[in-house]
Amino acid sequence: MNIKDLPEESLFTPGHTACAGCPAPAIVRNMMKIFGKDTIVYTPANCLLVFSGTYPYLAWRVPYLHEAFENTAACISGVARAYRKKGKKTLVVGIAGDGGTYDIGIQALSGAAERNEDVIYVCYDNEAYMNTGIQRSGATPYGAATTTTPAGRKIAGKLEHKKDMAEIMRAHEVPYVATLSISHPKDFLEKVEKAKETEGFRYLHVLSPCPTGWRFDPAKSIEIARKAVDSGMWTLYEAEYGEITNIYKPKKKIPVEEYIKGQGRFRHFTPEMIAELQKWVDRKWKRLYGELPES
Amino acid sequence: MIKFYSGNIACAEGAIAAGCRFFAGYPITPSTEIAEHMALRLPQVGGIFIQMEDELASMAAILGASWGGMKAMTATSGPGLSLMQENIGLGAMTETPCVVVDVQRAGPSTGMPTLIGQADVMQARWGSHGDYEIIALSPSSPQECFDLTIKSFNLAEEYRVPVILLMDESVSHMSEKVIIPPKEKIKIVERKKPKVKPSEYLPFKADDYVPPMACAGEGYAVHVTGLTHDEKGYPQATSPEVQEKLVRRLCDKIRKNERKLRDIEEFEMEDAKLAIVSFGTTARSCKAAVKRARKRGYKVGLIRLRTIWPFADEYFEKIANEIKQFVVVEVNYGQIKLEVERCVGKKVHLLPKMGGEIHKPEEIYKKIKEVYNGN
Repeated sequence: MNIKDLPEESLFTPGHTACAGCPAPAIVRNMMKIFGKDTIVYTPANCLLVFSGTYPYLAWRVPYLHEAFENTAACISGVARAYRKKGKKTLVVGIAGDGGTYDIGIQALSGAAERNEDVIYVCYDNEAYMNTGIQRSGATPYGAATTTTPAGRKIAGKLEHKKDMAEIMRAHEVPYVATLSISHPKDFLEKVEKAKETEGFRYLHVLSPCPTGWRFDPAKSIEIARKAVDSGMWTLYEAEYGEITNIYKPKKKIPVEEYIKGQGRFRHFTPEMIAELQKWVDRKWKRLYGELPES
Repeated sequence: MIKFYSGNIACAEGAIAAGCRFFAGYPITPSTEIAEHMALRLPQVGGIFIQMEDELASMAAILGASWGGMKAMTATSGPGLSLMQENIGLGAMTETPCVVVDVQRAGPSTGMPTLIGQADVMQARWGSHGDYEIIALSPSSPQECFDLTIKSFNLAEEYRVPVILLMDESVSHMSEKVIIPPKEKIKIVERKKPKVKPSEYLPFKADDYVPPMACAGEGYAVHVTGLTHDEKGYPQATSPEVQEKLVRRLCDKIRKNERKLRDIEEFEMEDAKLAIVSFGTTARSCKAAVKRARKRGYKVGLIRLRTIWPFADEYFEKIANEIKQFVVVEVNYGQIKLEVERCVGKKVHLLPKMGGEIHKPEEIYKKIKEVYNGN
């Protein structure tokens, strides 16, 4: 679907309370335009729930469930099975954050993927627990300062690298896995459409730069998302049954130093820390694209 | 040293003062500041902070750290406490000293994440399956968050049991003066170590209910299991006799020491005919209401429970005759009320709240008048 062909009607409405510059509303609004009315949405604890799912600021015009933090994939398994038993094709979508996906929700997620449940699982990844006030998660990149990995004198930010969740999901050999970015809207919509058309377990993973938690100018969310892709910090691809079928390669690979500029969470970075992050990106780049470009 | 701390920060500082050098936790409102403060402070004092992937893992990690010889703590709120329950039972069964802070919010389920509840009282007692007893304390001020966190560690070490510090959202977020005594003035209890030769050591043999605890690497045989086990620590999962002896001891080490563990503040109780029973932040409103009622001639007092579990059965049985009427004030639908009723053997009045706010002194004063005058 082309952007100009998207329906006017929005099933995710204005009037929510997201922070300025938060990409999550744009992510779910555009997804919902493709998913359509015959959809049921589930969210666990996350910012999306707080800014769009609490009365009187409800932004959902489809049936909407909110349950516990760890149970997204298990709960939507039950919902989907019940609808299928009744002969209904209703699209069942769970939307969790990175904490609810990488950490507390991974057990339920892995189980649902292994059983090939007929659901779409969306992870909107802002790389920390933003809803409780910026604590590190398994998605937080190396060195980033959060309230539980403060940039102190003894330890400067998070010691570990980001877990590659999409690759973990690809290893489940489910019908469809895709990584998305709001900086690439055509690619974004095509992947959402493909997910809708596929049957069985589908996993969509969107990077969602968070101006509040990453500490950057709220006008720059899209720009930062693009830099994430161009630097290799975030890789856009699709995989079917474990095989990568389509991968987007940036025309020019930019150094991570350019990506981290302007983000307060990386402000304390030393040249050594930049080099460590670059090493991680280069390893990932080689794994997914083959050789590094000549510099 | 005088500080101006919130309850959450006072709790974290209390833990450090008590010798806690291991914290494993998971963000959850309204307890998150405890984890954040530990993340900042523990590296400064040579301790370990780990943010875990969920509350199951947090609870399991502190059990592991305790068996590694460290004083360990986690902090959470209702939904997290629910997830911890299996591992709390494991801690009770394996007699693992550790501290679990539960900053109560209104439930059930997600409930009111940012507002007060006091409805985890029963879950703290028997949230895990099987028969066991734990210790639970409840602070009413940031000062007590500091003091009772230290006490929680001391009791955990002394009795080899998970101790639950039942804070609530209001006490966790209120900021007040907290007096930090000099280090040498703080009483610190360490777990009992075996005095016998390694060849004679039986890891779960207790002379006074609590067996001495050796950690792996100290030269003693260590065998820890959640299965029913004998004095050697070996599983005896088909022996009702071993089960009988073990579970009785696990419960009795707390039940038989109730008098020692009892911690009650009595306020204006000397000639009281009516007693308010309360705990946590709610007890502060009760105190104000009692003062007001006293000024108007009502013979009213306050019984504030600092130790919630084990419950002070004997204390209430004793005063049941002198006190004509009891009113329990709590932010739940009557959890402590049932306990008081069970002990005093007569009808007990309840002034509950389902959560989200504490009682106003005038509401309590009104209830006092009503009950006192028999309306």
